[in-house]
Amino acid sequence: MAAFAEATRIFFRIIQTTHHLQNTAVPGGRTTSPASLQKKMQELATLVTPASQTDNTMDQDQYQREWPALRQTYPPGSPALTRNAERKHYTTRGTGQAVGSQDTTGSGNRTHVPGFHSAVRFRQLPRPLKTIVLQSEQLRYVINQVSKESGEATDIVQEEAVAIVEEMAHRLQLSTIRFFAFALSKAFKTLFRSVHVNEEGIQRLQQAIQEHPVVLLPSHRSYIDFLMMSYILYTYDLSLPVIAAGMDFLGMKFVGEMLRMSGAFFIRRSFGGDKLYWAVFSEYVKTMLRNGYAPIEFFLEGTRSRTCKSLTPKLGLLNIVMDPFFKGEVFDVSLVPISISYERVLEETLYARELLGVPKPKESTSGLLKARRILSEDYGSIHVYFGQPTSVRSLAQGKINRSHYNLIPRFIPRKCSEDTQSFVNDTAYSLVRRQEENMVLRPWVLIATILMQNLDGMDSELLAEQTTWLRGLAMAFGAFLDWPDQAPIAKVVSSSLALHHGLVCSSGGRVRLEEGPQETASPEEALFNRAVGVLSCASYRNQILHIFLRPALVAVALETAATSRNDDVYGSFVYLRNVFSNEFILCPGADVQDFEEGCYLLMKCGAVQMLTQDIVVTERGQSILSFLSGMLEPFLQGYQVVCRYFCEEASEGLMEKEYVPAVRSFAVKRILSDGLKCYEALSSDLQKNALAALLRLNALRKVKAADQVSLKVNKMAAKAVEDTLGGKVPVQKPVLARL
Amino acid sequence: MASNCNSSESERQRIAQQRLKIIAGHLQKEEDGELPRIFANDCKAEATDRRSSSASTMPKRRQEIMKWNGWGYSDSRFLFNKKGQAEFTGKRYRLSGMIMPSLKDWFEGTFGANLQHKTPAVPSLNSSDVQPPSLNEAFVQDLKASSIPCSNEAEDRVFRAHGHCLHEIFALREGRFGRVPDMVVWPNSHDDVVKIVELASKHNVCLIPYGGGTSVSSALECPPEEVRSIVSLDTSQMNRILWIDEKNLTAHVEAGIIGQDLERALNESGYCTGHEPDSMEFSSLGGWVATRASGMKKNIYGNIEDLVIHLKMVTPRGVIEKSCQGPRMSTGPDIHHFILGSEGTLGVVTEVTMKIRPIPEYQKYGSVVFPNFEQGVACLREVAKQRCAPASIRLMDNAQFQFGHALKPQVSSIFTSFLDGLKKFYITKFKGFDPHCLCVATLLFEGDRERVLQHEKRVYDIAAKFGGLAAGEDNGQRGYMLTFVIAYLRDLGMDYYVMGESFETSVPWDRVLDLCRNVKERIVRECKEKGVQFSPLSTCRVTQTYDAGACVYFYFAFNYRGLADPVHVYEQVEHAAREEILANGGSLSHHHGVGKLRKQWMKESISNVGLGMLKSVKDFVDPDNIFGNRNLL
Repeated sequence: MAAFAEATRIFFRIIQTTHHLQNTAVPGGRTTSPASLQKKMQELATLVTPASQTDNTMDQDQYQREWPALRQTYPPGSPALTRNAERKHYTTRGTGQAVGSQDTTGSGNRTHVPGFHSAVRFRQLPRPLKTIVLQSEQLRYVINQVSKESGEATDIVQEEAVAIVEEMAHRLQLSTIRFFAFALSKAFKTLFRSVHVNEEGIQRLQQAIQEHPVVLLPSHRSYIDFLMMSYILYTYDLSLPVIAAGMDFLGMKFVGEMLRMSGAFFIRRSFGGDKLYWAVFSEYVKTMLRNGYAPIEFFLEGTRSRTCKSLTPKLGLLNIVMDPFFKGEVFDVSLVPISISYERVLEETLYARELLGVPKPKESTSGLLKARRILSEDYGSIHVYFGQPTSVRSLAQGKINRSHYNLIPRFIPRKCSEDTQSFVNDTAYSLVRRQEENMVLRPWVLIATILMQNLDGMDSELLAEQTTWLRGLAMAFGAFLDWPDQAPIAKVVSSSLALHHGLVCSSGGRVRLEEGPQETASPEEALFNRAVGVLSCASYRNQILHIFLRPALVAVALETAATSRNDDVYGSFVYLRNVFSNEFILCPGADVQDFEEGCYLLMKCGAVQMLTQDIVVTERGQSILSFLSGMLEPFLQGYQVVCRYFCEEASEGLMEKEYVPAVRSFAVKRILSDGLKCYEALSSDLQKNALAALLRLNALRKVKAADQVSLKVNKMAAKAVEDTLGGKVPVQKPVLARL
Repeated sequence: MASNCNSSESERQRIAQQRLKIIAGHLQKEEDGELPRIFANDCKAEATDRRSSSASTMPKRRQEIMKWNGWGYSDSRFLFNKKGQAEFTGKRYRLSGMIMPSLKDWFEGTFGANLQHKTPAVPSLNSSDVQPPSLNEAFVQDLKASSIPCSNEAEDRVFRAHGHCLHEIFALREGRFGRVPDMVVWPNSHDDVVKIVELASKHNVCLIPYGGGTSVSSALECPPEEVRSIVSLDTSQMNRILWIDEKNLTAHVEAGIIGQDLERALNESGYCTGHEPDSMEFSSLGGWVATRASGMKKNIYGNIEDLVIHLKMVTPRGVIEKSCQGPRMSTGPDIHHFILGSEGTLGVVTEVTMKIRPIPEYQKYGSVVFPNFEQGVACLREVAKQRCAPASIRLMDNAQFQFGHALKPQVSSIFTSFLDGLKKFYITKFKGFDPHCLCVATLLFEGDRERVLQHEKRVYDIAAKFGGLAAGEDNGQRGYMLTFVIAYLRDLGMDYYVMGESFETSVPWDRVLDLCRNVKERIVRECKEKGVQFSPLSTCRVTQTYDAGACVYFYFAFNYRGLADPVHVYEQVEHAAREEILANGGSLSHHHGVGKLRKQWMKESISNVGLGMLKSVKDFVDPDNIFGNRNLL
């Protein structure tokens, strides 16, 4: 393994990917400029490459043959080029052979590279981590408190704490890590064409790890996210992270323990009221941070996003990792947002089914083994982008007065102040936004976006044309696109379609979504199959939503506002933003910034003109605006369906847990009877977000009665929301003038 | 003044009568020639005698023996001789005349400084650069009539226009002078002070009391916005011990006396105060009171607030003092605490009754080496917990330990250097201490010989529990020497592009380590951000222990070559360091005081109401802001 890692490292130094990005004007309002994008692209080196080399040194030619992005430097018309252009590159030579040879040289080499794996081991602590946690003042305090409250003896509570730690703690074992590294490199090579990593980001991370405790915050789209993270860090000889994993993994026999031995620790999904659990857990994390034991990794989004949209961040763990800084126990903490973009998500249809109410399969080892079949599929490439480490200290500068922590002993847990709360919240949102910004988007994402607006299928030439158009728009809005250089657009489209053959089919010059077996299905089944396809496809469109979101909200606001006056449009915008604040990543309180950003982008691409009082749509802007609002249409419709459900069907005293199935069957009915096309209304994710929005808009109220939560509907309000979203009535509330 | 309440009416009458008496005395003097002077001398016979036997070290013209633009005595300074070796000139100190061979390497290695790159100071004071005095003629006339010595010579005025903050000394070295006092007066007694304050109030003149001039809080800086004539009131001539009461173990002393004179004079009678701030060679009793000073041996003798029994302060409202010398009183808030730490904003402390103790029979230095700073702090905490701290216990971090080592004088015998080598070998190789982590605690024990030895054993036993090894008296003594010569060393640094400063704080025990680490790191970070080319010296020591916390002292210095405005950079870094201290639960100051340097944080430190309380005291005591140095509030 050592040799392999060494080889790949040598190998990356050779690599200089030379993506050429079109010099489309990028609005300055965004953080990414063409230059920085280009830089970002160039940073991306390939980590897992087609494993064809038996030799540790690999010449440029050989590399180029295997990496289409560099084709231009290769003599045109070369037979090697054409042969390899659309193939999985590693098939040129046997993977097994390659891995085997690496391993043998690896075992020989390991002794030659002293300390190569030194970084893998965690920093030596004076006492075992668990002991430090259990003996900490913080925990002792809470144990005493709990024992006083519950009347149980402290030893019993203490034992409970021991049990919690035992259940939670990771147990690093080098051999397990080596095994994983071996197995993963093999699996990844089979699954993916290549894994790209920005090496500059790795260097920045390395620097950060040496300076301060580091918290790694990857995006969460797939099970393999954290495997991938550990694998990359291992390969680059960085300290392995300790990962906060959901307890459900422990349900997997053997594998759970394996994960534990490779640095995962397990936390319960919910422990809201359990003081002791919270204390043990937070002390466990903080102890690691304070001692600079190892980088800590967790998912800001809390869970895998089934829709490929970023989820609103969860604040609990972020709060915990910032606390040692607020209390002065560490000088600083570095937060590193990491974006892992999959060209094809392993769980795509699984997610769609889950959203449609097919229960999530419980994590089990046999399930994992069954999942082997995915090994035979091609999942394209992966981009892992390590963002700029952000110092909590500099973020908190001027926002947090740390001296507030001076007057109470630091071991006493206490609620954080409002300042802190909003600081953590803002930080979390900006980190998620940075994850979004650094997501590498593949051509397929654009194609999916267009197909989502043409569910009945479209002419493949038109598709290619629109893809080119959308590419230009996306670039103008600052998207981080990975586009094959100099390939004709038709080729790009067809290769994308080929990769996603499970979702789309192209026949007779028409491209349409795959609809599954038609013949024998009942209407409901057919609908279900169709919905799976649409939702899977939607998950790819969702990947680019963050680029278009703000202009699209402005576009919808322009349609729904009573007049084209600035403040009317702004009013509608704020309303929409409020409605969708669970659906999309919209930092609370950033109404004005978001509106300005949206308007600015629209103005830059020439879609609107900003006059002193009005926003005027230009002639060429029509198509852009209708495209943008079309992108949000499924959400608008979906929310309307939910509203209508509440107006028309919801029974008095609807239980909260009955809500999702009920609204789903309502939507199914609507689609079947009215020929509605809003399949996304079937998504439980949308339904839950809509519920939250209606609660926020006071169209619904939660009534708690004896363990049960029921929903009380204000039909007037729900109707009003429906009509406003449908553009039937303008936004009701006059919003205070802002300009 | 018309609105004064009745209670102060009698006070005013008293003052007026006193003044009449004095004026009468002057009239008499003119009539009777020699007589009154003899009479006066009679009164102070004892004191003057004492004075003659131990001449005051502080003349009126301080510049005759002291540097005008640096620390301490003119004859004592560090320099790199022609061989490039550091030596300390003069005869006053243990280090004087010695050569410190390793200082150069330490200096160059720590700061990236180079002996070729010099930044010499302006050689002498150019009087024409000093702005001419703006005198209040009426005041001057009245003052001259009272025959209190005064001067408006540029040298005298410049000398009293500054303390020893870095920016103050830096400006002097460049020959730049800001606003300086327009006049210096040398009152000889409490009554002289009363007279001066009267006159100042009458003529609306700004008074700035001046004791030893060792302030490091910009407290002596003349407020540039002050338009009135500024008079520096130099207390150095009020330096007599008025009486010693052996039954109560107290001494009544004029507040202008400087630390070393006080100690020397008391020693002659077999007593001491035991109050030894690091500046005691130059700082005055009145200054200690005005800044709430702390002495190195406070564990035995207490800080200044513990030592003071009775105080007399002259304010524009009159003289404030208690009516008895009871050891403790329950008479509302202690009025002494308005005076202690008032930083010259309320009046002039003229006489102090303070505790004295018999000179200890035996004194012993000691030192303990710890494998790391964490262990050292844990040990000090334990010592404090068991309340068995020696007279002084200080823990230097690794950088300061190495600093101290660089000051080791040349050893004459091969045997000593062999022993040193052996010690080093034992500690680093045999005991496995990392020379880049180890740190050293310096100790000073005082008392009966037997008790000292017992005490010593107890402390070393505690230290052993934290991995500490006794490391000899020599190391201990050198540690204390460092604090006396550090200010001289700063002058040396400033000759070679190195500027530095010290600052302090007090902090609860549980935060000591975090505060030390974070502040040191912040300094390094800020320097880097501000464009300092070479990593700065950023070091600290835990210098006092208390039941509930400790005093931490920081040294910070850097090479400022290549910086356009080094003083500004320095100020920014110091500001950041103070913010960091406050954010980490440290206090605004443990003993340096607030002055004008740390004024901006007062509200945050003592709350709005607290500040209001202090302000209302100021408003009552000094409504016309006669004591207008604008410190503190």
